[in-house]
Amino acid sequence: MARYVAGRLLQAAIAVFGVLTIVFVVMRFSGDPTLLLVPEGASQEYVDALRVELGFDRPVVVQYVDYLGDLLRLDFGVSVVQRIPAFDIVAARIPYTVLLAAGALFVAIGVGIPVGIAMAIRRGGWLERALAGVVLTGQSMPTFLSGILLILVFGVVLGWLPTSGAGDLDTLVLPSVALGALSMATFARMARIAIVDELGKDYVRAARARGLSLAGIVGRHVLRNAAIPVVTVAALEIGNLLAGAVIVETVFAWPGIGQLAIQSIQSRDFLVVQVIVLLISFVYVATSLLADVAYGMLDPRIRLAR
Amino acid sequence: MSARAMTARRPVRRHVRRVAVSIVIVGLILALILGLALLAPWIAPADPTRQVLMMRLKPPGTLAANGQLYLLGTDDLGRDLLSRILFGAQVSLAVATLSVLVSTLVGVALGMIAAWLRGWVEVAIMRLVDIMLSIPAVLLAVLTVAVLGPGFFKLILVLGLTRWPRYTRVAYGQTLQVANLPYIKASELAGAGSARILLRHVLPNIAGPLLIIVTAEFGLMILFEAGLSFLGLGIQPPAPSWGSIMSVGRQYVERAWWIVAFPGGCLFLLVFSVNVMGDWLRDRLDPRFRAR
Repeated sequence: MARYVAGRLLQAAIAVFGVLTIVFVVMRFSGDPTLLLVPEGASQEYVDALRVELGFDRPVVVQYVDYLGDLLRLDFGVSVVQRIPAFDIVAARIPYTVLLAAGALFVAIGVGIPVGIAMAIRRGGWLERALAGVVLTGQSMPTFLSGILLILVFGVVLGWLPTSGAGDLDTLVLPSVALGALSMATFARMARIAIVDELGKDYVRAARARGLSLAGIVGRHVLRNAAIPVVTVAALEIGNLLAGAVIVETVFAWPGIGQLAIQSIQSRDFLVVQVIVLLISFVYVATSLLADVAYGMLDPRIRLAR
Repeated sequence: MSARAMTARRPVRRHVRRVAVSIVIVGLILALILGLALLAPWIAPADPTRQVLMMRLKPPGTLAANGQLYLLGTDDLGRDLLSRILFGAQVSLAVATLSVLVSTLVGVALGMIAAWLRGWVEVAIMRLVDIMLSIPAVLLAVLTVAVLGPGFFKLILVLGLTRWPRYTRVAYGQTLQVANLPYIKASELAGAGSARILLRHVLPNIAGPLLIIVTAEFGLMILFEAGLSFLGLGIQPPAPSWGSIMSVGRQYVERAWWIVAFPGGCLFLLVFSVNVMGDWLRDRLDPRFRAR
């Protein structure tokens, strides 16, 4: 197990290093990164001075080593626009995004898993076909469309729920549903496939032959075995939810890091954007690492295969 | 499908035909959207960028004093929504097609090269794939477009170059399998060059699984383009894109539901149809899914 975890850790470290490098390269696509950090209409003298101050006039290799060193010391730089550390700006918004992602995950698992189970058990029946339609709808519905439709129906027409900003718990409902819809489809598909796979195995047939009901077998044996791949999906979905938050937070004016990313792009505060991209990518790498480790713990065949 | 295969399948023919009905419907929807997009310059009732400030936020079916009918209403600047949606379809399909083309070319080439050359090339390419897949694609696209600035071709390049790793994975795995088959060894012995073997013999044999990815990615690219345009990072105004129309619609959702509803409905129909088509293709082409 230790060997397996060590291997996965190394992979994660390489991925993090790769992410840092890609972000560094992308930030230099425009030619002069200084221009990404100043507000529109800054004077040429100011830009020139800032370029020297930030070290962007040095060779790229030196800049790269410096950049990695700063990040190792958890120094994410100071926002040129707002004159405060970029990380502090992002940190103030993190709780909102965590709350939203948790709400979305709650919706996705709470709806997706039961739907997947129902589809697997009622395979070939009208219920499966109806639910398959629901899943495919969730999968084909962009979050900004489902978000605006929810606003239209529950906010404008029915007037039941608030449509923008963050406050009481009721402000969380619509953004969570909009963000969770896509993951719901993923959970339902994965749960269905995992259960259908299990149902085809011999132990299920043996249990049926002994006279156990299908519901009993599914509840007692199949769900446990089918849970393993679903746990992995859950971990990966957390990363996707954070990335999806960029759009949902913009639709609902939810003050999380996604909305901050778009606002910072508009105000050309790219150090803040860089922190957000790095942060979400780290969470993405970390959750897939945890998923792999959990997978290895739950299923000895995985860790022993390597 | 050959006539013999049809006869062999007779016992399950009813099932096959039932699947085909939904596929025919979905195919018709796709053909309709494609047709309308291509014919947009001739069938659009108005110039999609012409503003008539007297006609702002008019509901669907409004008849103007000059006799022009606004079938789907107007937007916040008095532009004809139907015309904007028709031209927006062009944008959506063009961006999705071209970016899928870019990522297919890059991804498949790298995957086949990695599997064919092995050694350090393989390690380098497949590591890069792992790294690329550990950044959420939406985020990478948002960052890159924001750094580069918006633009039609930049958007295509960014979408294409953020999404190639999935093709590489599939192309790599499939090529590894095919490369050891006797007929590939035979053509190698017959003196065929690597490029010829990969393009003439390997590529046609791995095209099935790749086609599954292409369809799935096509739907995703449509959503990406709309999403980026919605955020103001994709197609720039006044050019029409379903995403940017909807971003205006979000602001006026309380007074003018149609600005969001119609492009949103089109977007949903298009992606839904592509996804149904993709699932069907996967069932037909991927033996692992046939049993399910």
